[in-house]
Order: sequence, then C-alpha cells, then structure tokens
Amino acid sequence: MTVDNVVALRPSEPARGWLSLARRRRAWLASLLLILFPLIVPFKALAAQILVYGLYALGLNLLFGYLGLLSFGHAALFGVGAYFCGIAVATFGLPWWAGIGLGIFGGTLAAALIGALAIRTRGIYFAMVTLALAQCVYYLFYEEAGWTGGESGLTGVDVKTIDLFGVSFNFVDPLVHYYVICAFVVAALFALSRILASPFGAVIEGVRENEARARASGIDVSRVRLVTFIVSGAFCGLAGALLSLNLSIVSIETLNYETSGLAVMMCLLGGMGTFFGPFVGAALFLLLENIVSLYTVHWQLIVGAAFVACVLFFPRGVWGTLMQGLEK
Amino acid sequence: MAGLTLQLLGLQLFTGVALGALYVLLAVGLSLIFGMLTVVNFAHGAFYMLGAYVGMWLLMHGVNFWLALALAPLAVGLLGLAVERTLIRPLYGRGIDYPLLLTFGLSYIIVEGVRVVFGNTGYPVDTPEILQGAVNIGVGYFPLYRLFVIAATAVILLALWLFLERTSFGLIVRAGARDPQIVRILGVDVARVWLIVFGLGTALAALAGVLAAPLQGVIPEMGGPILAEAFVVTVVGGMGSLVGAVLAGLLVGVVVSMTSLFAPEMSRVAIFALMAVVLLIKPQGFFGRAGLMS
Repeated sequence: MTVDNVVALRPSEPARGWLSLARRRRAWLASLLLILFPLIVPFKALAAQILVYGLYALGLNLLFGYLGLLSFGHAALFGVGAYFCGIAVATFGLPWWAGIGLGIFGGTLAAALIGALAIRTRGIYFAMVTLALAQCVYYLFYEEAGWTGGESGLTGVDVKTIDLFGVSFNFVDPLVHYYVICAFVVAALFALSRILASPFGAVIEGVRENEARARASGIDVSRVRLVTFIVSGAFCGLAGALLSLNLSIVSIETLNYETSGLAVMMCLLGGMGTFFGPFVGAALFLLLENIVSLYTVHWQLIVGAAFVACVLFFPRGVWGTLMQGLEK
Repeated sequence: MAGLTLQLLGLQLFTGVALGALYVLLAVGLSLIFGMLTVVNFAHGAFYMLGAYVGMWLLMHGVNFWLALALAPLAVGLLGLAVERTLIRPLYGRGIDYPLLLTFGLSYIIVEGVRVVFGNTGYPVDTPEILQGAVNIGVGYFPLYRLFVIAATAVILLALWLFLERTSFGLIVRAGARDPQIVRILGVDVARVWLIVFGLGTALAALAGVLAAPLQGVIPEMGGPILAEAFVVTVVGGMGSLVGAVLAGLLVGVVVSMTSLFAPEMSRVAIFALMAVVLLIKPQGFFGRAGLMS
C-alpha cells in the first residue's frame, strides 16, 4: 500500500474524483498557491510575513488541529528559534543556513523541555502549563540581556546575499526575499504532508478522535503527544528562524504570551486540522490587522471580536468551512 | 550576608503573604469557575485589570475607597453574568477548548476597550488616607495597606467559606461541582447556578484588581502576567480545589518575595521552577482530584 492510498482510504474523506486528487496532491497545490501569492498581493513584505506566520501556525496546527492538544505556549518555540538563529548570525557571524539549522534546533529543544513537563498533565491543564512555561522562557530571555538584548531586542541579524551553488541572490530584494522564505515553507509543507500520510500521522488523528481506543490499541499516547509536540517545535523553530532573517531583528515580544495566542487565533480563523488553513488564517489575520490599523489604532478590538465570532459561529474556520462545503 | 536579619526575613515573609493574598483571590475565582463550569477563564486577568480600572475611575470621581471596593467588583461581576449568559452558554457541550478560546478572544476585547476609554498609559493610584503609613507588627514596621490586603482577603475567604458550607445555595454549588447531572435531575436550575458562579468568580478577580491598584497602579497590560501566575497557583494547588488555591497562592507569594530578597533577577522565574517541580512530583497538584481533567 502506498502512502497516497492510506490517505485516500481514510473513512472521513470521500473519494470524490478531483477533490480526492487535490487532497493527495495537497502539498503541491499549497506550494503552488504560495508561489503565486506575491503576484496577487501588492505588498511583498506583508506576503513574506504571512508565510512566516503561516508556517508558525502550521506548527501549532499539527498539535492543536491534528492531535487535539491546545498549547498556549508556542511563542516559546517560535521565539527560541528566532533568537537562536538571530544570535548565530548577529553575534557569531555564522552563515544564514547555519542560523536556520540552529533555529530549528532551538525550537526542537524548547519543545522537548516544555513538552516533557507539560505532557505530564492532562486535558485542560495543558493549555495553562504551556502558557506558564512559555512565560518563564520569556522572563529568562528578558533577563539574559547580554545574549538577547533584553527589552530592546536583538538587532543586526543582517543577511545581504544568499549564495547557493555559486549563484548569489540579493536577499534585500523583496521578491527574492519572499521566494527564499517560500522555499523553506514549501519544504515544510511537503514534510508535514509526509508526516500526516505516514502511519504515525494516522496515530496522531486516532489519538485525537478517541484517546481511550488508541490506548486500548496499544498506543503509547503520552509518547505520541511528546513526539508531536517536538515535531511541532521543529516547524515553529524554522518559522522563528525565518522571522529573524525576514525582519533582521528579534524583538522580545516574539516570546510574549500574545504571540502564543496569535498562532491559536490564526489556526482557528483558517481552520484547525486542515492542511492549508493556517496560511489562510495567517493571511486573514495580518490583512485584517493591516487594513483595520489604517483606520484605528484599536485594531485589537476588531480582531478580538472577529475571533470571538469565529469561536461562536465558525468553529471550523474559513478554510475548514470551505472544505466542508466542497465535500457535500 | 550582611544586613540579612531575622527581622528582614519576617517582613519579607509578610510582603509575600500580601502578594499571595492577591493570587489567592484570583486563583479561588479561577478554581470556582473551573470546578463548576469546567471553563478555564482566560479572561480572568482582563477582569482583574478591569476591576482595577473601574476602582480607579470611581476613586477619581470622589467615591470613597470602601464604596469603590464594593462597587467595582459588583460592576465587573454583572459584566461576568452577561458574558456567561450570552457568550459562554452557547458553547457548553461543544468541547472544553471552546470556552477557553472564547474567553481568550474576550480578553483582547476587554483590554483594548480599556485602552479606548483610558488610553495606553497607566495611572498611579493613591493609597486611601486611612490606610497610609506603617504599623509595628513585632518584627518591624510594615505598610498598613498591605496588612489591610491580607485582612480583606481573609474576610472574603471566610465569607466565601460560610456561603459554600452554610447556605443551601452553597450546598447546590458544591453538589453541582461534583455531579451536575444528578443536581439537575433533582430539579435544580443548574444553568442559573453556573451563571452566578461565573459572576462570583469574575467579581473576585475584580476585587483583587481593586486591592492591587494602590500597590502597583493600573495599566491595560496588568492582567497578562498575573494570569500566567494565577495559572501556576491553580496548577500547584490543584485545579478545582479551593483549599489548594489558598495554600498555593500564599506559597507562590512567599516564594516570589523570598527570591526577590536573595536573587532579585530570578524572582519572576522562581515560581515557574516551583511549578515544574510540582509537575514532576505530583502532576495533579497538591489537592487536585485525579481524573477531573481527563
């Protein structure tokens, strides 16, 4: 049985001609959309931000949407990735690719530490414990100003050119900038698609649907949770590294509790547990923020109200509702 | 260590208890709401902040401190009733994450709403005249206002205890926390009980806010960090347990004030370290009921 067959045979997904084809090729389609995206959006810098935050929300989505575990501490994974990459490039002068590698490592490490503690609690405790532990990471990075720049943040994460196979790309050019980030996001999309289509991906969704049954089938639920949390951390670490390269600075707010909430909002707005939802959510959130802040400084009021309305009336999110409509 | 006397330790201990008193009020509200409604109120910090602002507003308009101390929690409690009735009630039975997400979104609205009305900057709040100064408590002079915070919290806890243990409505609350279905079968309007408990919890948060205002002033962001700390308290004490909330609140307050004496730069990290240790030893907290959370 090939990987693609496993996906097609899932009972929740009707094998409808083009839709099931689209589902099997979801990573290709999502990548194509992201590659064409800057042609639609006039602001390239905003498009790059949407990519970064979409990837960050994708990391949370694996945990929240697919495994059903709500974390309010993902800012720690995202922020540690950003700081590791930033410190590598700005302080040690390492090349950009080493920064990205260290960013992924940072996110993974933070996820392993936070996950090992938080996984000991169950159910609703998890959101509170992850929030508290992320707050702890925030204070630690805030106090270690020698490394992190403390309150004023880390500056000087400047990457001017990206040399690849003898070709030098001008990283300052917004479009090149976008496509470099896009390349990593596409790689992450394929990795996620691969993970979800693997037997482990089926186990993840099995745990979400019925924990008791998964346990009875001999699955070590705590281990599945921890591994998923760590994988989620790798995605968020990559997103953090890309954020620091994108903005050339890492601000302490990256580790803030509101940044954790941001990923949750984006996930829910887009549609949790859907493959492309996080990017739709990130795009909606950032576009909404940009448009509303043209008219009022109190954009959080509108964003908060939109989120509350989404929880009440569209719990599947925009993309999720759309997908559900197509399946009928 | 020069200058470190038993006196200093004693005063720092009292400072910790005063800080802990605020944690206790917040954590008791959180626990009460969770124990009954199984809702984790992420807007609890925002209600705390709102309480502080309403209190400040009343004081600015010449209302005396004692009246403000009663009116601000009442106003915020009424808002809590409205929130439960209109926003949270439709979400019962739709999974434990939804009320949590909703209250998270609500906290954005409340914080930004306060910014709209009062602006982004904070305000200092004067200690009421009658509570200014310091009194000798045996180990040295201690600010009278902090002593008042401890006393006020003790009075509130006593009243809450009497309400829960000695009134018939308290009996319903306790029974409802254990098994809402049986209580409903016995003909009790559980929805009404939940409504009141949510209002009571938010009023307690607002009361903590009013009490905290003279200590640290008010600022729209004041609810964020204290929400994380209140979560630590409920995790350490055991979610849904009021005794746990009280003991853990005091413990966390003392831990914060003691570490700020010995290692000031670690004072904000210390309580999370405490939580980590508790999680390793007793994941359900001191007084948590196993299985409640699953």
